[in-house]
Amino acid sequence: MSPTASTPATTVVPEGFKPPKVTHNTRVLPGFKLSLGLTITYLSLIVLIPLAALIARPWEHGLEAVINTVTDERVLASLKVTFGISFAAAIANLFTGLAVAWVLTRYEFPGKRILDALVDLPFALPTAVAGISLCTMYATNGWIGSLLEPLGIRVSYTPLGIFVALVFVGLPFIVRSVQPVLAEFDAEVEEAATTLGASPLQTAFRVILPALAPALLTGFSLAFARAVGEYGSVIFIAGNMPFLSEITPLLIVIKLEEFDYAGAATVALTLLSLSFLVLIVLNAAQLILSKRGQK
Amino acid sequence: MSAKAARFPKTPAAIGLTLFVVAWMTLVIILPLANVLFEAFARGVAPYLTSLAHPDAISAVKLTLLVAAIAVPLNAVFGIAAAWAITRFEFSGKGLLLSILDLPFTISPVISGLVWVLLFGAHGWFGAALQDAGIQIIFALPGLVIATILVTLPFVARELIPLMQDQGTDEEVAAVTLGANGWSLFFRVTLPNIKWALTYGVLLCTARAMGEFGAVSVVSGHIRGLTNTLPLHIEVLYNEYDSVGAFAAATLLAGLAIITLILKTFLEWRFAGELAAHRKH
Repeated sequence: MSPTASTPATTVVPEGFKPPKVTHNTRVLPGFKLSLGLTITYLSLIVLIPLAALIARPWEHGLEAVINTVTDERVLASLKVTFGISFAAAIANLFTGLAVAWVLTRYEFPGKRILDALVDLPFALPTAVAGISLCTMYATNGWIGSLLEPLGIRVSYTPLGIFVALVFVGLPFIVRSVQPVLAEFDAEVEEAATTLGASPLQTAFRVILPALAPALLTGFSLAFARAVGEYGSVIFIAGNMPFLSEITPLLIVIKLEEFDYAGAATVALTLLSLSFLVLIVLNAAQLILSKRGQK
Repeated sequence: MSAKAARFPKTPAAIGLTLFVVAWMTLVIILPLANVLFEAFARGVAPYLTSLAHPDAISAVKLTLLVAAIAVPLNAVFGIAAAWAITRFEFSGKGLLLSILDLPFTISPVISGLVWVLLFGAHGWFGAALQDAGIQIIFALPGLVIATILVTLPFVARELIPLMQDQGTDEEVAAVTLGANGWSLFFRVTLPNIKWALTYGVLLCTARAMGEFGAVSVVSGHIRGLTNTLPLHIEVLYNEYDSVGAFAAATLLAGLAIITLILKTFLEWRFAGELAAHRKH
Protein backbone atom coordinates (compact mmCIF):
# COMPACT_ATOMS: atom_id res chain seq x y z
CA MET A 1 0.00 0.00 0.00
CA SER A 2 1.43 3.36 -0.92
CA PRO A 3 2.09 5.72 1.98
CA THR A 4 0.80 8.69 0.02
CA ALA A 5 -2.75 7.31 0.15
CA SER A 6 -4.94 9.41 2.35
CA THR A 7 -5.26 7.27 5.43
CA PRO A 8 -6.90 8.50 8.62
CA ALA A 9 -4.37 9.87 11.09
CA THR A 10 -5.64 7.67 13.88
CA THR A 11 -3.92 4.33 13.42
CA VAL A 12 -5.03 1.48 15.59
CA VAL A 13 -2.08 0.04 17.47
CA PRO A 14 -2.53 -3.66 18.21
CA GLU A 15 -2.31 -4.67 21.83
CA GLY A 16 1.16 -5.64 22.89
CA PHE A 17 2.70 -3.85 19.96
CA LYS A 18 6.32 -2.97 20.46
CA PRO A 19 7.97 -0.60 18.05
CA PRO A 20 10.81 -2.36 16.26
CA LYS A 21 14.18 -1.73 17.83
CA VAL A 22 16.30 0.66 15.88
CA THR A 23 19.77 -0.79 15.63
CA HIS A 24 22.69 -0.37 13.33
CA ASN A 25 21.77 -3.71 11.87
CA THR A 26 19.86 -3.15 8.66
CA ARG A 27 18.44 -6.66 8.72
CA VAL A 28 14.77 -6.16 9.37
CA LEU A 29 13.64 -9.74 8.87
CA PRO A 30 14.28 -12.34 11.55
CA GLY A 31 15.99 -15.70 11.25
CA PHE A 32 19.27 -14.75 9.64
CA LYS A 33 21.47 -16.69 12.03
CA LEU A 34 19.10 -19.66 12.24
CA SER A 35 18.60 -20.07 8.49
CA LEU A 36 22.19 -19.42 7.48
CA GLY A 37 23.49 -21.60 10.31
CA LEU A 38 21.24 -24.46 9.28
CA THR A 39 22.18 -24.04 5.61
CA ILE A 40 25.92 -24.05 6.26
CA THR A 41 25.76 -26.96 8.71
CA TYR A 42 23.66 -29.07 6.36
CA LEU A 43 25.81 -28.31 3.32
CA SER A 44 28.97 -29.09 5.29
CA LEU A 45 27.67 -32.43 6.53
CA ILE A 46 26.05 -33.57 3.30
CA VAL A 47 28.26 -32.04 0.61
CA LEU A 48 31.56 -30.59 1.86
CA ILE A 49 32.85 -33.25 4.27
CA PRO A 50 32.08 -36.10 1.84
CA LEU A 51 33.77 -34.15 -0.96
CA ALA A 52 36.77 -33.56 1.27
CA ALA A 53 37.09 -37.33 1.59
CA LEU A 54 36.92 -37.63 -2.20
CA ILE A 55 39.69 -35.07 -2.61
CA ALA A 56 41.90 -36.43 0.19
CA ARG A 57 41.71 -40.18 -0.25
CA PRO A 58 43.30 -40.70 -3.68
CA TRP A 59 46.71 -39.66 -2.31
CA GLU A 60 47.01 -42.14 0.54
CA HIS A 61 49.32 -44.46 -1.41
CA GLY A 62 51.35 -41.59 -2.77
CA LEU A 63 51.42 -39.60 -5.97
CA GLU A 64 52.82 -42.52 -7.94
CA ALA A 65 49.78 -44.66 -7.17
CA VAL A 66 47.52 -41.86 -8.40
CA ILE A 67 49.48 -41.50 -11.64
CA ASN A 68 49.46 -45.27 -12.14
CA THR A 69 45.69 -45.42 -11.69
CA VAL A 70 44.94 -42.47 -13.95
CA THR A 71 47.25 -43.69 -16.74
CA ASP A 72 45.98 -47.25 -16.52
CA GLU A 73 44.88 -48.36 -19.99
CA ARG A 74 41.47 -49.49 -18.78
CA VAL A 75 40.78 -46.21 -16.98
CA LEU A 76 41.87 -44.17 -19.99
CA ALA A 77 39.72 -46.31 -22.28
CA SER A 78 36.70 -45.82 -20.03
CA LEU A 79 37.22 -42.05 -19.98
CA LYS A 80 37.41 -42.04 -23.76
CA VAL A 81 34.17 -44.04 -23.98
CA THR A 82 32.40 -41.86 -21.39
CA PHE A 83 33.39 -38.45 -22.73
CA GLY A 84 33.32 -39.43 -26.42
CA ILE A 85 29.84 -40.94 -26.39
CA SER A 86 28.48 -38.25 -24.05
CA PHE A 87 29.70 -35.66 -26.55
CA ALA A 88 28.19 -37.51 -29.51
CA ALA A 89 24.84 -37.92 -27.73
CA ALA A 90 24.72 -34.26 -26.72
CA ILE A 91 25.46 -33.24 -30.33
CA ALA A 92 22.67 -35.50 -31.58
CA ASN A 93 20.31 -33.99 -29.00
CA LEU A 94 21.32 -30.50 -30.09
CA PHE A 95 19.69 -31.08 -33.49
CA THR A 96 16.74 -33.25 -32.51
CA GLY A 97 16.10 -31.23 -29.33
CA LEU A 98 16.01 -28.01 -31.35
CA ALA A 99 13.56 -29.63 -33.78
CA VAL A 100 11.34 -30.79 -30.89
CA ALA A 101 11.41 -27.36 -29.23
CA TRP A 102 10.68 -25.65 -32.54
CA VAL A 103 7.67 -27.82 -33.36
CA LEU A 104 6.30 -27.60 -29.82
CA THR A 105 6.45 -23.79 -29.73
CA ARG A 106 5.56 -22.96 -33.34
CA TYR A 107 2.94 -25.48 -34.40
CA GLU A 108 -0.41 -26.61 -33.14
CA PHE A 109 -1.51 -30.23 -33.61
CA PRO A 110 -3.57 -32.82 -31.74
CA GLY A 111 -1.70 -34.38 -28.83
CA LYS A 112 0.83 -31.57 -28.64
CA ARG A 113 0.31 -30.93 -24.93
CA ILE A 114 0.86 -34.59 -24.10
CA LEU A 115 3.99 -34.67 -26.22
CA ASP A 116 5.20 -31.52 -24.48
CA ALA A 117 4.68 -33.07 -21.03
CA LEU A 118 6.39 -36.28 -22.14
CA VAL A 119 9.60 -34.38 -22.96
CA ASP A 120 10.29 -34.46 -19.22
CA LEU A 121 9.88 -38.23 -18.97
CA PRO A 122 13.65 -38.86 -18.84
CA PHE A 123 13.78 -36.55 -15.78
CA ALA A 124 10.96 -38.42 -14.08
CA LEU A 125 11.55 -42.03 -15.13
CA PRO A 126 14.03 -43.76 -12.81
CA THR A 127 17.24 -44.56 -14.67
CA ALA A 128 17.09 -48.29 -13.88
CA VAL A 129 13.66 -48.51 -15.54
CA ALA A 130 14.90 -46.66 -18.62
CA GLY A 131 17.99 -48.87 -18.64
CA ILE A 132 16.22 -52.25 -18.71
CA SER A 133 13.53 -51.02 -21.09
CA LEU A 134 16.02 -49.65 -23.65
CA CYS A 135 18.13 -52.78 -23.33
CA THR A 136 15.24 -55.15 -24.16
CA MET A 137 13.93 -52.83 -26.90
CA TYR A 138 17.26 -52.76 -28.70
CA ALA A 139 18.22 -56.39 -28.02
CA THR A 140 18.22 -58.60 -31.13
CA ASN A 141 14.77 -59.94 -30.21
CA GLY A 142 13.34 -56.56 -29.11
CA TRP A 143 11.01 -54.14 -30.88
CA ILE A 144 13.74 -52.07 -32.50
CA GLY A 145 16.67 -54.46 -32.25
CA SER A 146 14.90 -57.07 -34.38
CA LEU A 147 14.41 -54.49 -37.13
CA LEU A 148 18.05 -53.44 -37.05
CA GLU A 149 19.46 -56.97 -36.86
CA PRO A 150 18.92 -57.74 -40.61
CA LEU A 151 20.79 -54.53 -41.42
CA GLY A 152 23.73 -55.80 -39.41
CA ILE A 153 23.32 -53.13 -36.73
CA ARG A 154 23.55 -54.22 -33.12
CA VAL A 155 22.74 -51.72 -30.41
CA SER A 156 22.37 -53.50 -27.08
CA TYR A 157 25.68 -54.58 -25.54
CA THR A 158 27.70 -52.28 -27.83
CA PRO A 159 28.91 -48.65 -27.56
CA LEU A 160 25.92 -47.73 -29.76
CA GLY A 161 23.72 -48.82 -26.85
CA ILE A 162 25.43 -46.29 -24.58
CA PHE A 163 24.72 -43.63 -27.21
CA VAL A 164 21.02 -44.57 -27.33
CA ALA A 165 20.71 -44.41 -23.53
CA LEU A 166 22.46 -41.02 -23.35
CA VAL A 167 20.26 -39.58 -26.11
CA PHE A 168 17.23 -40.60 -24.01
CA VAL A 169 18.67 -39.04 -20.86
CA GLY A 170 19.80 -35.79 -22.53
CA LEU A 171 16.79 -34.86 -24.67
CA PRO A 172 14.85 -32.76 -22.11
CA PHE A 173 17.88 -30.59 -21.29
CA ILE A 174 18.15 -29.15 -24.81
CA VAL A 175 14.38 -28.85 -25.35
CA ARG A 176 13.76 -27.11 -22.03
CA SER A 177 16.68 -24.71 -22.50
CA VAL A 178 15.64 -23.64 -25.98
CA GLN A 179 11.84 -23.61 -25.60
CA PRO A 180 11.46 -20.42 -23.51
CA VAL A 181 13.84 -18.45 -25.75
CA LEU A 182 12.04 -19.63 -28.84
CA ALA A 183 8.65 -18.76 -27.33
CA GLU A 184 9.75 -15.22 -26.51
CA PHE A 185 11.59 -14.67 -29.76
CA ASP A 186 10.19 -11.57 -31.33
CA ALA A 187 8.14 -12.54 -34.36
CA GLU A 188 8.66 -9.04 -35.75
CA VAL A 189 12.37 -9.65 -36.17
CA GLU A 190 11.59 -12.68 -38.27
CA GLU A 191 8.99 -10.80 -40.27
CA ALA A 192 11.42 -7.95 -40.82
CA ALA A 193 13.97 -10.40 -42.19
CA THR A 194 11.39 -11.88 -44.53
CA THR A 195 10.21 -8.44 -45.65
CA LEU A 196 13.80 -7.49 -46.42
CA GLY A 197 13.94 -10.46 -48.75
CA ALA A 198 15.54 -13.16 -46.67
CA SER A 199 14.60 -16.72 -47.58
CA PRO A 200 13.22 -18.93 -44.80
CA LEU A 201 16.57 -20.73 -44.62
CA GLN A 202 18.46 -17.44 -44.40
CA THR A 203 16.10 -16.30 -41.64
CA ALA A 204 16.65 -19.53 -39.76
CA PHE A 205 20.44 -19.54 -39.98
CA ARG A 206 21.24 -15.82 -39.82
CA VAL A 207 18.49 -14.48 -37.56
CA ILE A 208 17.02 -17.20 -35.36
CA LEU A 209 19.94 -19.55 -34.83
CA PRO A 210 22.36 -16.86 -33.54
CA ALA A 211 19.70 -15.75 -31.04
CA LEU A 212 19.24 -19.33 -29.87
CA ALA A 213 22.95 -20.14 -29.67
CA PRO A 214 23.45 -19.31 -25.97
CA ALA A 215 20.41 -21.38 -24.93
CA LEU A 216 21.53 -24.25 -27.16
CA LEU A 217 24.94 -24.19 -25.55
CA THR A 218 23.41 -24.16 -22.05
CA GLY A 219 21.30 -27.18 -22.93
CA PHE A 220 24.31 -28.88 -24.48
CA SER A 221 26.38 -28.36 -21.30
CA LEU A 222 23.61 -29.70 -19.07
CA ALA A 223 23.03 -32.74 -21.26
CA PHE A 224 26.74 -33.41 -21.53
CA ALA A 225 27.36 -33.08 -17.78
CA ARG A 226 24.47 -35.40 -17.02
CA ALA A 227 25.65 -37.94 -19.61
CA VAL A 228 29.19 -38.07 -18.25
CA GLY A 229 27.98 -39.09 -14.81
CA GLU A 230 25.11 -41.28 -15.97
CA TYR A 231 25.05 -44.81 -14.61
CA GLY A 232 21.63 -46.44 -14.27
CA SER A 233 20.32 -46.09 -17.80
CA VAL A 234 23.67 -47.05 -19.34
CA ILE A 235 24.95 -50.13 -17.51
CA PHE A 236 22.19 -52.49 -18.64
CA ILE A 237 22.48 -51.71 -22.35
CA ALA A 238 26.25 -51.11 -22.50
CA GLY A 239 27.44 -54.69 -22.23
CA ASN A 240 30.27 -53.31 -20.08
CA MET A 241 33.17 -54.77 -22.05
CA PRO A 242 36.44 -53.36 -20.71
CA PHE A 243 38.19 -51.12 -23.28
CA LEU A 244 35.09 -51.11 -25.49
CA SER A 245 31.86 -50.24 -23.71
CA GLU A 246 32.86 -49.76 -20.08
CA ILE A 247 31.91 -46.33 -18.71
CA THR A 248 33.96 -44.60 -16.00
CA PRO A 249 31.20 -44.58 -13.33
CA LEU A 250 31.04 -48.38 -13.65
CA LEU A 251 34.80 -48.62 -13.23
CA ILE A 252 34.45 -46.66 -9.97
CA VAL A 253 31.91 -49.22 -8.75
CA ILE A 254 34.19 -52.10 -9.78
CA LYS A 255 37.16 -50.65 -7.90
CA LEU A 256 34.98 -50.11 -4.85
CA GLU A 257 33.79 -53.71 -4.95
CA GLU A 258 37.46 -54.75 -4.93
CA PHE A 259 37.85 -52.61 -1.76
CA ASP A 260 40.31 -50.40 -3.66
CA TYR A 261 39.03 -47.20 -2.01
CA ALA A 262 41.99 -45.07 -3.08
CA GLY A 263 41.68 -46.29 -6.66
CA ALA A 264 37.94 -45.65 -6.75
CA ALA A 265 38.45 -42.16 -5.31
CA THR A 266 41.23 -41.46 -7.84
CA VAL A 267 39.05 -42.42 -10.81
CA ALA A 268 36.09 -40.49 -9.36
CA LEU A 269 38.17 -37.37 -8.78
CA THR A 270 39.56 -37.61 -12.33
CA LEU A 271 36.05 -37.93 -13.78
CA LEU A 272 34.80 -35.02 -11.70
CA SER A 273 37.77 -32.76 -12.52
CA LEU A 274 37.51 -33.48 -16.24
CA SER A 275 33.79 -32.79 -16.34
CA PHE A 276 34.28 -29.54 -14.41
CA LEU A 277 36.98 -28.56 -16.88
CA VAL A 278 34.65 -29.16 -19.82
CA LEU A 279 31.87 -27.22 -18.06
CA ILE A 280 34.16 -24.25 -17.44
CA VAL A 281 35.14 -24.15 -21.12
CA LEU A 282 31.48 -24.43 -22.20
CA ASN A 283 30.46 -21.71 -19.72
CA ALA A 284 33.13 -19.40 -21.07
CA ALA A 285 31.95 -20.07 -24.62
CA GLN A 286 28.40 -19.39 -23.52
CA LEU A 287 29.41 -16.08 -21.98
CA ILE A 288 31.12 -14.99 -25.19
CA LEU A 289 28.12 -16.05 -27.27
CA SER A 290 25.54 -14.24 -25.17
CA LYS A 291 27.69 -11.08 -25.13
CA ARG A 292 27.90 -11.19 -28.90
CA GLY A 293 24.15 -11.73 -29.04
CA GLN A 294 23.53 -8.54 -27.04
CA LYS A 295 25.44 -6.32 -29.43
CA MET B 1 7.17 -9.11 -26.94
CA SER B 2 4.68 -10.75 -29.19
CA ALA B 3 5.51 -14.37 -29.80
CA LYS B 4 4.21 -15.92 -32.97
CA ALA B 5 0.95 -17.69 -32.23
CA ALA B 6 1.20 -21.44 -32.73
CA ARG B 7 -0.79 -22.71 -35.71
CA PHE B 8 -1.26 -25.89 -37.70
CA PRO B 9 1.76 -26.69 -39.87
CA LYS B 10 0.87 -25.89 -43.49
CA THR B 11 3.99 -25.76 -45.64
CA PRO B 12 5.52 -29.10 -46.67
CA ALA B 13 8.61 -28.27 -44.62
CA ALA B 14 6.55 -27.58 -41.50
CA ILE B 15 4.49 -30.75 -41.93
CA GLY B 16 7.65 -32.77 -42.52
CA LEU B 17 9.35 -31.35 -39.45
CA THR B 18 6.29 -31.98 -37.29
CA LEU B 19 6.04 -35.58 -38.49
CA PHE B 20 9.73 -36.07 -37.82
CA VAL B 21 9.40 -34.74 -34.27
CA VAL B 22 6.36 -36.92 -33.53
CA ALA B 23 8.22 -39.97 -34.88
CA TRP B 24 11.37 -39.11 -32.92
CA MET B 25 9.48 -38.56 -29.67
CA THR B 26 7.70 -41.88 -30.23
CA LEU B 27 10.99 -43.68 -30.74
CA VAL B 28 12.95 -42.02 -27.92
CA ILE B 29 10.27 -41.47 -25.26
CA ILE B 30 6.99 -43.28 -25.89
CA LEU B 31 8.28 -46.68 -27.03
CA PRO B 32 10.59 -47.23 -24.03
CA LEU B 33 7.65 -46.39 -21.76
CA ALA B 34 5.23 -48.67 -23.61
CA ASN B 35 7.85 -51.41 -23.64
CA VAL B 36 7.85 -51.45 -19.82
CA LEU B 37 4.15 -52.38 -19.78
CA PHE B 38 4.56 -54.82 -22.65
CA GLU B 39 7.40 -56.73 -20.96
CA ALA B 40 5.67 -56.69 -17.56
CA PHE B 41 2.56 -58.37 -18.98
CA ALA B 42 4.45 -60.53 -21.51
CA ARG B 43 3.22 -63.68 -19.80
CA GLY B 44 -0.15 -62.39 -18.70
CA VAL B 45 -1.60 -60.78 -15.63
CA ALA B 46 -1.06 -63.62 -13.15
CA PRO B 47 2.77 -63.72 -13.27
CA TYR B 48 2.74 -59.92 -13.07
CA LEU B 49 0.72 -59.96 -9.86
CA THR B 50 2.70 -62.87 -8.42
CA SER B 51 6.00 -61.01 -8.80
CA LEU B 52 4.58 -57.86 -7.22
CA ALA B 53 3.22 -59.85 -4.28
CA HIS B 54 6.63 -61.42 -3.61
CA PRO B 55 7.90 -60.50 -0.11
CA ASP B 56 11.13 -59.07 -1.60
CA ALA B 57 9.12 -56.77 -3.86
CA ILE B 58 6.93 -55.64 -0.98
CA SER B 59 9.89 -54.96 1.26
CA ALA B 60 11.55 -53.03 -1.59
CA VAL B 61 8.46 -50.84 -1.92
CA LYS B 62 8.38 -50.24 1.82
CA LEU B 63 12.08 -49.39 1.95
CA THR B 64 11.77 -47.01 -1.00
CA LEU B 65 8.89 -45.19 0.72
CA LEU B 66 10.77 -45.10 4.03
CA VAL B 67 13.94 -43.63 2.48
CA ALA B 68 11.93 -40.96 0.66
CA ALA B 69 9.90 -40.23 3.81
CA ILE B 70 13.12 -39.38 5.66
CA ALA B 71 15.13 -37.71 2.90
CA VAL B 72 12.45 -35.47 1.35
CA PRO B 73 11.27 -33.64 4.50
CA LEU B 74 14.89 -32.98 5.53
CA ASN B 75 15.70 -31.53 2.12
CA ALA B 76 12.47 -29.52 2.18
CA VAL B 77 13.36 -27.92 5.52
CA PHE B 78 16.88 -27.29 4.28
CA GLY B 79 15.54 -25.83 1.04
CA ILE B 80 13.34 -23.37 2.89
CA ALA B 81 16.14 -22.35 5.26
CA ALA B 82 18.64 -21.94 2.41
CA ALA B 83 16.17 -19.95 0.31
CA TRP B 84 15.34 -17.73 3.29
CA ALA B 85 19.00 -17.03 4.07
CA ILE B 86 19.97 -16.45 0.44
CA THR B 87 17.02 -14.32 -0.70
CA ARG B 88 16.31 -12.34 2.47
CA PHE B 89 19.78 -11.25 3.57
CA GLU B 90 22.99 -9.92 2.13
CA PHE B 91 26.18 -11.65 3.20
CA SER B 92 29.56 -12.34 1.70
CA GLY B 93 30.13 -15.73 0.12
CA LYS B 94 26.60 -16.03 -1.23
CA GLY B 95 27.81 -16.95 -4.71
CA LEU B 96 29.99 -19.69 -3.28
CA LEU B 97 27.07 -21.01 -1.25
CA LEU B 98 24.92 -21.17 -4.39
CA SER B 99 27.66 -23.05 -6.26
CA ILE B 100 27.97 -25.60 -3.44
CA LEU B 101 24.20 -25.96 -3.41
CA ASP B 102 24.25 -26.91 -7.10
CA LEU B 103 27.10 -29.40 -6.80
CA PRO B 104 24.93 -32.51 -6.33
CA PHE B 105 23.42 -31.89 -9.78
CA THR B 106 26.86 -31.95 -11.40
CA ILE B 107 28.30 -34.92 -9.53
CA SER B 108 27.78 -38.42 -10.93
CA PRO B 109 25.31 -40.38 -8.78
CA VAL B 110 27.95 -43.06 -8.40
CA ILE B 111 30.30 -40.50 -6.84
CA SER B 112 27.47 -39.33 -4.56
CA GLY B 113 27.37 -42.87 -3.23
CA LEU B 114 31.12 -43.39 -3.23
CA VAL B 115 31.86 -40.45 -0.93
CA TRP B 116 29.82 -42.05 1.86
CA VAL B 117 31.72 -45.32 1.50
CA LEU B 118 34.98 -43.34 1.73
CA LEU B 119 33.74 -41.93 5.04
CA PHE B 120 31.76 -44.75 6.63
CA GLY B 121 32.71 -47.93 4.72
CA ALA B 122 34.78 -50.76 6.23
CA HIS B 123 37.97 -48.95 5.14
CA GLY B 124 36.44 -45.50 5.47
CA TRP B 125 37.73 -42.66 7.66
CA PHE B 126 35.20 -43.46 10.36
CA GLY B 127 34.78 -47.13 9.45
CA ALA B 128 36.72 -48.61 12.37
CA ALA B 129 35.17 -46.28 14.94
CA LEU B 130 31.67 -47.11 13.72
CA GLN B 131 32.41 -50.81 13.81
CA ASP B 132 33.59 -50.52 17.43
CA ALA B 133 30.43 -48.66 18.32
CA GLY B 134 28.33 -51.26 16.53
CA ILE B 135 26.80 -48.75 14.14
CA GLN B 136 26.29 -49.71 10.54
CA ILE B 137 25.77 -47.01 7.96
CA ILE B 138 26.99 -48.50 4.69
CA PHE B 139 24.96 -51.51 3.49
CA ALA B 140 22.17 -50.34 5.82
CA LEU B 141 19.28 -47.87 5.95
CA PRO B 142 21.32 -44.81 7.09
CA GLY B 143 23.59 -45.16 4.06
CA LEU B 144 20.62 -45.32 1.69
CA VAL B 145 19.14 -42.24 3.33
CA ILE B 146 22.26 -40.04 3.26
CA ALA B 147 23.08 -41.01 -0.32
CA THR B 148 19.52 -40.11 -1.34
CA ILE B 149 19.70 -36.83 0.59
CA LEU B 150 22.90 -35.85 -1.23
CA VAL B 151 21.49 -36.62 -4.67
CA THR B 152 18.19 -34.78 -4.11
CA LEU B 153 19.52 -31.89 -2.00
CA PRO B 154 19.09 -29.00 -4.49
CA PHE B 155 15.53 -29.69 -5.71
CA VAL B 156 13.50 -27.67 -3.19
CA ALA B 157 16.04 -24.89 -2.69
CA ARG B 158 16.50 -24.43 -6.47
CA GLU B 159 12.74 -24.05 -6.88
CA LEU B 160 12.30 -21.58 -4.02
CA ILE B 161 15.31 -19.29 -4.49
CA PRO B 162 14.32 -17.65 -7.82
CA LEU B 163 10.70 -17.31 -6.72
CA MET B 164 11.48 -15.72 -3.35
CA GLN B 165 14.02 -13.45 -5.03
CA ASP B 166 11.27 -12.29 -7.40
CA GLN B 167 8.66 -11.83 -4.72
CA GLY B 168 10.85 -9.51 -2.69
CA THR B 169 10.46 -8.73 0.98
CA ASP B 170 7.80 -5.99 1.07
CA GLU B 171 5.04 -8.09 2.59
CA GLU B 172 7.37 -9.66 5.13
CA VAL B 173 8.90 -6.35 6.19
CA ALA B 174 5.37 -4.97 6.60
CA ALA B 175 4.41 -7.93 8.79
CA VAL B 176 7.49 -7.49 10.97
CA THR B 177 6.85 -3.77 11.26
CA LEU B 178 3.34 -4.61 12.43
CA GLY B 179 4.85 -6.78 15.13
CA ALA B 180 4.69 -10.31 13.72
CA ASN B 181 7.22 -12.65 15.28
CA GLY B 182 9.43 -14.95 13.23
CA TRP B 183 7.27 -18.06 13.13
CA SER B 184 3.96 -16.33 12.56
CA LEU B 185 5.69 -14.32 9.83
CA PHE B 186 6.79 -17.55 8.19
CA PHE B 187 3.54 -19.46 8.53
CA ARG B 188 1.18 -16.60 7.75
CA VAL B 189 3.05 -14.56 5.15
CA THR B 190 5.93 -16.46 3.56
CA LEU B 191 4.54 -20.00 3.42
CA PRO B 192 1.25 -19.02 1.69
CA ASN B 193 3.32 -17.17 -0.91
CA ILE B 194 5.64 -20.06 -1.66
CA LYS B 195 3.35 -23.04 -1.12
CA TRP B 196 2.97 -24.05 -4.76
CA ALA B 197 6.64 -23.68 -5.55
CA LEU B 198 7.37 -25.72 -2.43
CA THR B 199 4.91 -28.39 -3.59
CA TYR B 200 6.58 -28.41 -6.99
CA GLY B 201 10.05 -28.78 -5.50
CA VAL B 202 8.91 -31.52 -3.11
CA LEU B 203 7.28 -33.36 -6.02
CA LEU B 204 10.48 -33.41 -8.08
CA CYS B 205 12.53 -34.26 -4.99
CA THR B 206 10.25 -37.19 -4.11
CA ALA B 207 10.26 -38.58 -7.65
CA ARG B 208 14.05 -38.53 -7.75
CA ALA B 209 14.39 -39.91 -4.21
CA MET B 210 12.23 -42.92 -5.04
CA GLY B 211 13.87 -43.55 -8.39
CA GLU B 212 17.51 -42.96 -7.47
CA PHE B 213 19.70 -45.81 -8.59
CA GLY B 214 23.42 -45.04 -8.94
CA ALA B 215 24.14 -43.51 -5.53
CA VAL B 216 21.95 -45.96 -3.67
CA SER B 217 23.41 -48.90 -5.57
CA VAL B 218 26.90 -48.09 -4.27
CA VAL B 219 25.92 -47.94 -0.59
CA SER B 220 23.25 -50.64 -0.53
CA GLY B 221 25.11 -53.92 -0.76
CA HIS B 222 22.04 -55.37 -2.51
CA ILE B 223 20.84 -57.42 0.45
CA ARG B 224 17.48 -58.86 -0.62
CA GLY B 225 14.50 -57.99 1.48
CA LEU B 226 16.72 -55.74 3.57
CA THR B 227 18.61 -53.02 1.69
CA ASN B 228 17.10 -53.27 -1.78
CA THR B 229 15.04 -50.26 -2.76
CA LEU B 230 12.71 -50.66 -5.72
CA PRO B 231 15.25 -49.62 -8.39
CA LEU B 232 17.81 -52.03 -6.91
CA HIS B 233 15.21 -54.78 -6.74
CA ILE B 234 14.66 -54.25 -10.47
CA GLU B 235 18.38 -54.56 -11.14
CA VAL B 236 18.71 -57.80 -9.15
CA LEU B 237 15.74 -59.45 -10.86
CA TYR B 238 16.83 -58.28 -14.31
CA ASN B 239 20.34 -59.64 -13.84
CA GLU B 240 18.80 -62.96 -12.82
CA TYR B 241 16.85 -63.04 -16.11
CA ASP B 242 13.54 -62.63 -14.27
CA SER B 243 12.30 -60.24 -16.92
CA VAL B 244 8.64 -60.24 -15.87
CA GLY B 245 9.57 -59.62 -12.23
CA ALA B 246 11.93 -56.77 -13.11
CA PHE B 247 9.44 -55.09 -15.43
CA ALA B 248 6.55 -55.65 -13.02
CA ALA B 249 8.48 -53.69 -10.39
CA ALA B 250 9.40 -51.19 -13.11
CA THR B 251 5.72 -50.51 -13.84
CA LEU B 252 5.38 -49.18 -10.29
CA LEU B 253 8.19 -46.67 -10.84
CA ALA B 254 6.97 -45.86 -14.36
CA GLY B 255 3.54 -45.19 -12.86
CA LEU B 256 5.18 -42.92 -10.33
CA ALA B 257 6.93 -41.07 -13.16
CA ILE B 258 3.66 -40.61 -15.04
CA ILE B 259 1.88 -39.33 -11.94
CA THR B 260 4.78 -36.94 -11.34
CA LEU B 261 4.53 -35.62 -14.90
CA ILE B 262 0.77 -35.15 -14.62
CA LEU B 263 1.03 -33.29 -11.31
CA LYS B 264 3.95 -31.25 -12.60
CA THR B 265 2.08 -30.27 -15.77
CA PHE B 266 -1.01 -29.44 -13.71
CA LEU B 267 0.98 -27.24 -11.29
CA GLU B 268 2.70 -25.45 -14.19
CA TRP B 269 -0.63 -24.82 -15.86
CA ARG B 270 -2.67 -23.83 -12.81
CA PHE B 271 -0.10 -21.91 -10.76
CA ALA B 272 2.30 -20.67 -13.45
CA GLY B 273 2.67 -17.28 -11.74
CA GLU B 274 3.59 -18.85 -8.43
CA LEU B 275 6.29 -21.16 -9.76
CA ALA B 276 9.85 -20.22 -10.38
CA ALA B 277 10.13 -22.54 -13.36
CA HIS B 278 8.04 -20.20 -15.46
CA ARG B 279 9.50 -16.95 -14.22
CA LYS B 280 13.16 -17.46 -15.06
CA HIS B 281 12.94 -16.01 -18.55
